Amino acid sequence: MFIKITTEPLSVQALNDLVKRASDGAVVTFDGIVRDNFDGRSVRALEYEAYAEMAEKKMAEIGTEVQRKFEVGEIAIVHRLGHLEIGESSIVIAVAAPHRHAAFEACAYAMDRVKEDVPVWKKEFFADGDAHWVNQN
Amino acid sequence: MQIHVKLFALLREAAGTDSITLDLPEGASVAQALAHVQQQHPVLAPYLENVRLALRMDFVDAEVSLSDGDELHLIPPVSGGIGCLSKSLRNRLVCKL
Repeated sequence: MFIKITTEPLSVQALNDLVKRASDGAVVTFDGIVRDNFDGRSVRALEYEAYAEMAEKKMAEIGTEVQRKFEVGEIAIVHRLGHLEIGESSIVIAVAAPHRHAAFEACAYAMDRVKEDVPVWKKEFFADGDAHWVNQN
Repeated sequence: MQIHVKLFALLREAAGTDSITLDLPEGASVAQALAHVQQQHPVLAPYLENVRLALRMDFVDAEVSLSDGDELHLIPPVSGGIGCLSKSLRNRLVCKL
Protein backbone atom coordinates (compact mmCIF):
# COMPACT_ATOMS: atom_id res chain seq x y z
CA MET A 1 0.00 0.00 0.00
CA PHE A 2 1.26 3.47 -0.85
CA ILE A 3 -0.22 6.41 1.09
CA LYS A 4 0.99 9.99 0.99
CA ILE A 5 0.05 13.61 1.60
CA THR A 6 2.24 15.95 -0.43
CA THR A 7 2.53 19.48 -1.76
CA GLU A 8 4.28 18.23 -4.92
CA PRO A 9 2.43 17.71 -8.24
CA LEU A 10 0.96 14.21 -8.60
CA SER A 11 1.89 11.73 -11.34
CA VAL A 12 -0.91 9.40 -12.39
CA GLN A 13 1.48 7.26 -14.41
CA ALA A 14 3.95 6.86 -11.55
CA LEU A 15 1.21 5.59 -9.21
CA ASN A 16 -0.19 3.35 -11.91
CA ASP A 17 3.23 1.73 -12.35
CA LEU A 18 3.74 1.51 -8.59
CA VAL A 19 0.69 -0.68 -7.90
CA LYS A 20 1.04 -3.03 -10.90
CA ARG A 21 2.10 -6.66 -10.34
CA ALA A 22 2.63 -9.43 -12.90
CA SER A 23 -0.48 -11.21 -11.59
CA ASP A 24 -2.74 -8.19 -12.17
CA GLY A 25 -5.03 -7.84 -15.18
CA ALA A 26 -6.19 -4.29 -14.50
CA VAL A 27 -5.29 -1.01 -12.88
CA VAL A 28 -8.08 1.51 -12.32
CA THR A 29 -6.87 5.01 -11.52
CA PHE A 30 -9.01 7.89 -10.32
CA ASP A 31 -7.58 11.33 -11.07
CA GLY A 32 -9.40 14.07 -9.15
CA ILE A 33 -8.76 17.42 -10.79
CA VAL A 34 -9.46 21.08 -10.04
CA ARG A 35 -12.44 22.32 -12.06
CA ASP A 36 -12.98 25.90 -13.18
CA ASN A 37 -16.51 26.37 -11.85
CA PHE A 38 -18.69 25.99 -8.75
CA ASP A 39 -22.43 26.54 -8.73
CA GLY A 40 -22.25 28.58 -11.94
CA ARG A 41 -19.39 30.76 -10.72
CA SER A 42 -15.98 30.89 -12.33
CA VAL A 43 -13.18 29.43 -10.15
CA ARG A 44 -9.60 30.66 -10.54
CA ALA A 45 -7.69 28.34 -8.19
CA LEU A 46 -8.00 26.12 -5.13
CA GLU A 47 -6.19 25.69 -1.87
CA TYR A 48 -6.17 22.44 0.07
CA GLU A 49 -5.49 22.26 3.80
CA ALA A 50 -5.33 19.11 5.94
CA TYR A 51 -4.80 17.70 9.36
CA ALA A 52 -2.02 15.84 7.58
CA GLU A 53 -1.09 13.25 10.21
CA MET A 54 -4.67 12.11 10.65
CA ALA A 55 -5.36 12.33 6.91
CA GLU A 56 -2.54 9.85 6.20
CA LYS A 57 -3.75 7.56 8.98
CA LYS A 58 -7.33 7.60 7.63
CA MET A 59 -6.12 7.03 4.06
CA ALA A 60 -4.15 3.98 5.24
CA GLU A 61 -7.20 2.65 7.09
CA ILE A 62 -9.27 3.09 3.93
CA GLY A 63 -6.60 1.26 1.90
CA THR A 64 -6.73 -1.67 4.34
CA GLU A 65 -10.54 -1.66 4.29
CA VAL A 66 -10.58 -1.72 0.47
CA GLN A 67 -8.10 -4.61 0.32
CA ARG A 68 -10.24 -6.57 2.79
CA LYS A 69 -13.52 -5.86 0.98
CA PHE A 70 -12.50 -6.40 -2.66
CA GLU A 71 -10.38 -8.91 -4.61
CA VAL A 72 -7.61 -6.42 -5.30
CA GLY A 73 -3.85 -6.23 -5.03
CA GLU A 74 -1.87 -3.07 -4.34
CA ILE A 75 -3.51 0.30 -3.77
CA ALA A 76 -2.10 3.83 -3.78
CA ILE A 77 -3.85 6.92 -2.38
CA VAL A 78 -2.06 10.26 -2.67
CA HIS A 79 -3.54 13.66 -1.83
CA ARG A 80 -1.99 16.98 -2.72
CA LEU A 81 -2.15 20.07 -0.48
CA GLY A 82 -1.51 23.76 -1.00
CA HIS A 83 -2.27 25.97 -3.98
CA LEU A 84 -3.57 24.19 -7.11
CA GLU A 85 -4.38 25.60 -10.53
CA ILE A 86 -7.30 24.57 -12.76
CA GLY A 87 -6.71 21.12 -14.28
CA GLU A 88 -4.14 20.00 -11.71
CA SER A 89 -4.63 16.73 -9.84
CA SER A 90 -5.61 17.01 -6.19
CA ILE A 91 -6.00 13.30 -5.48
CA VAL A 92 -5.00 10.13 -7.27
CA ILE A 93 -6.17 6.66 -6.29
CA ALA A 94 -4.76 3.66 -8.14
CA VAL A 95 -6.02 0.12 -7.54
CA ALA A 96 -4.55 -2.98 -9.19
CA ALA A 97 -6.45 -6.26 -9.34
CA PRO A 98 -6.39 -9.60 -11.16
CA HIS A 99 -9.76 -8.67 -12.77
CA ARG A 100 -11.23 -5.34 -13.84
CA HIS A 101 -14.58 -5.40 -12.05
CA ALA A 102 -12.99 -5.52 -8.61
CA ALA A 103 -10.58 -2.73 -9.56
CA PHE A 104 -13.40 -0.44 -10.76
CA GLU A 105 -15.54 -1.05 -7.68
CA ALA A 106 -12.66 -0.76 -5.23
CA CYS A 107 -11.43 2.51 -6.71
CA ALA A 108 -14.90 4.12 -6.57
CA TYR A 109 -15.43 2.86 -3.03
CA ALA A 110 -12.04 4.17 -1.87
CA MET A 111 -12.80 7.65 -3.24
CA ASP A 112 -16.21 7.75 -1.51
CA ARG A 113 -14.58 6.77 1.77
CA VAL A 114 -11.90 9.45 1.37
CA LYS A 115 -14.65 12.06 0.97
CA GLU A 116 -16.23 10.86 4.22
CA ASP A 117 -13.33 10.42 6.59
CA VAL A 118 -10.12 12.10 5.46
CA PRO A 119 -9.64 15.54 7.06
CA VAL A 120 -8.77 17.61 3.99
CA TRP A 121 -10.48 20.92 3.22
CA LYS A 122 -10.74 22.89 0.04
CA LYS A 123 -10.97 26.65 -0.40
CA GLU A 124 -12.16 27.92 -3.76
CA PHE A 125 -10.94 31.26 -5.09
CA PHE A 126 -13.40 32.78 -7.54
CA ALA A 127 -12.52 34.86 -10.58
CA ASP A 128 -14.38 37.81 -9.01
CA GLY A 129 -11.98 37.88 -6.04
CA ASP A 130 -14.32 36.16 -3.57
CA ALA A 131 -13.36 32.91 -1.82
CA HIS A 132 -15.10 30.24 0.24
CA TRP A 133 -14.44 26.98 2.08
CA VAL A 134 -16.36 24.20 0.34
CA ASN A 135 -19.14 22.62 2.43
CA GLN A 136 -18.54 24.66 5.54
CA ASN A 137 -21.08 27.46 5.57
CA MET B 1 -6.50 20.28 33.48
CA GLN B 2 -5.42 21.85 30.21
CA ILE B 3 -6.89 20.89 26.85
CA HIS B 4 -5.59 22.17 23.52
CA VAL B 5 -8.27 22.63 20.87
CA LYS B 6 -6.99 22.59 17.28
CA LEU B 7 -8.83 24.45 14.54
CA PHE B 8 -8.72 24.06 10.76
CA ALA B 9 -9.98 25.77 7.63
CA LEU B 10 -13.06 27.97 8.19
CA LEU B 11 -12.91 27.55 11.98
CA ARG B 12 -9.26 28.61 12.05
CA GLU B 13 -10.00 31.68 9.95
CA ALA B 14 -13.12 32.62 11.95
CA ALA B 15 -11.30 32.33 15.30
CA GLY B 16 -8.12 33.99 14.01
CA THR B 17 -6.02 31.24 15.58
CA ASP B 18 -5.30 27.56 15.01
CA SER B 19 -5.20 26.61 18.67
CA ILE B 20 -7.22 27.39 21.81
CA THR B 21 -6.13 26.34 25.30
CA LEU B 22 -8.88 25.54 27.81
CA ASP B 23 -8.74 25.06 31.58
CA LEU B 24 -11.30 22.40 32.43
CA PRO B 25 -12.17 20.37 35.53
CA GLU B 26 -10.65 16.86 35.70
CA GLY B 27 -12.66 14.33 33.70
CA ALA B 28 -14.46 16.93 31.58
CA SER B 29 -16.03 15.61 28.40
CA VAL B 30 -15.53 16.64 24.79
CA ALA B 31 -18.99 18.26 24.91
CA GLN B 32 -17.94 20.38 27.90
CA ALA B 33 -14.81 21.45 26.05
CA LEU B 34 -16.96 22.52 23.10
CA ALA B 35 -19.22 24.55 25.37
CA HIS B 36 -16.11 26.39 26.63
CA VAL B 37 -14.90 26.95 23.07
CA GLN B 38 -18.28 28.46 22.24
CA GLN B 39 -18.12 30.74 25.31
CA GLN B 40 -14.60 31.97 24.55
CA HIS B 41 -15.16 32.31 20.81
CA PRO B 42 -18.86 32.99 20.13
CA VAL B 43 -17.94 33.54 16.48
CA LEU B 44 -17.44 29.74 16.20
CA ALA B 45 -20.93 28.87 17.46
CA PRO B 46 -22.60 28.53 14.04
CA TYR B 47 -19.99 25.99 12.92
CA LEU B 48 -19.72 23.79 16.00
CA GLU B 49 -22.82 21.75 15.25
CA ASN B 50 -21.26 20.58 11.99
CA VAL B 51 -17.84 19.58 13.26
CA ARG B 52 -16.61 16.08 13.90
CA LEU B 53 -14.28 15.56 16.81
CA ALA B 54 -10.94 13.81 16.82
CA LEU B 55 -8.62 12.70 19.63
CA ARG B 56 -5.30 11.02 18.90
CA MET B 57 -6.17 10.87 15.20
CA ASP B 58 -9.48 9.03 15.60
CA PHE B 59 -13.03 10.34 15.52
CA VAL B 60 -14.71 10.37 18.95
CA ASP B 61 -18.17 11.08 20.34
CA ALA B 62 -18.98 14.14 22.43
CA GLU B 63 -19.43 11.97 25.55
CA VAL B 64 -15.78 10.89 25.68
CA SER B 65 -13.80 12.11 28.71
CA LEU B 66 -10.67 14.16 28.18
CA SER B 67 -7.32 13.88 29.98
CA ASP B 68 -4.84 16.61 30.88
CA GLY B 69 -2.83 17.72 27.86
CA ASP B 70 -5.21 16.19 25.30
CA GLU B 71 -5.38 17.76 21.86
CA LEU B 72 -8.98 17.93 20.67
CA HIS B 73 -9.18 18.46 16.92
CA LEU B 74 -12.32 20.05 15.50
CA ILE B 75 -12.85 18.61 12.03
CA PRO B 76 -15.12 20.71 9.78
CA PRO B 77 -16.99 18.93 6.96
CA VAL B 78 -14.39 17.58 4.51
CA SER B 79 -14.02 18.88 0.97
CA GLY B 80 -16.75 17.95 -1.45
CA GLY B 81 -17.93 15.04 0.65
CA ILE B 82 -21.25 14.34 2.31
CA GLY B 83 -19.52 16.53 4.77
CA CYS B 84 -21.55 16.22 7.92
CA LEU B 85 -21.61 14.02 10.93
CA SER B 86 -24.63 11.77 11.36
CA LYS B 87 -27.88 13.42 12.39
CA SER B 88 -28.03 11.52 15.67
CA LEU B 89 -24.54 12.61 16.69
CA ARG B 90 -25.27 16.16 15.64
CA ASN B 91 -28.42 16.22 17.76
CA ARG B 92 -26.58 14.82 20.77
CA LEU B 93 -23.90 17.46 20.37
CA VAL B 94 -26.38 20.31 20.07
CA CYS B 95 -28.19 19.06 23.18
CA LYS B 96 -24.93 19.05 25.12
CA LEU B 97 -24.23 22.63 24.14
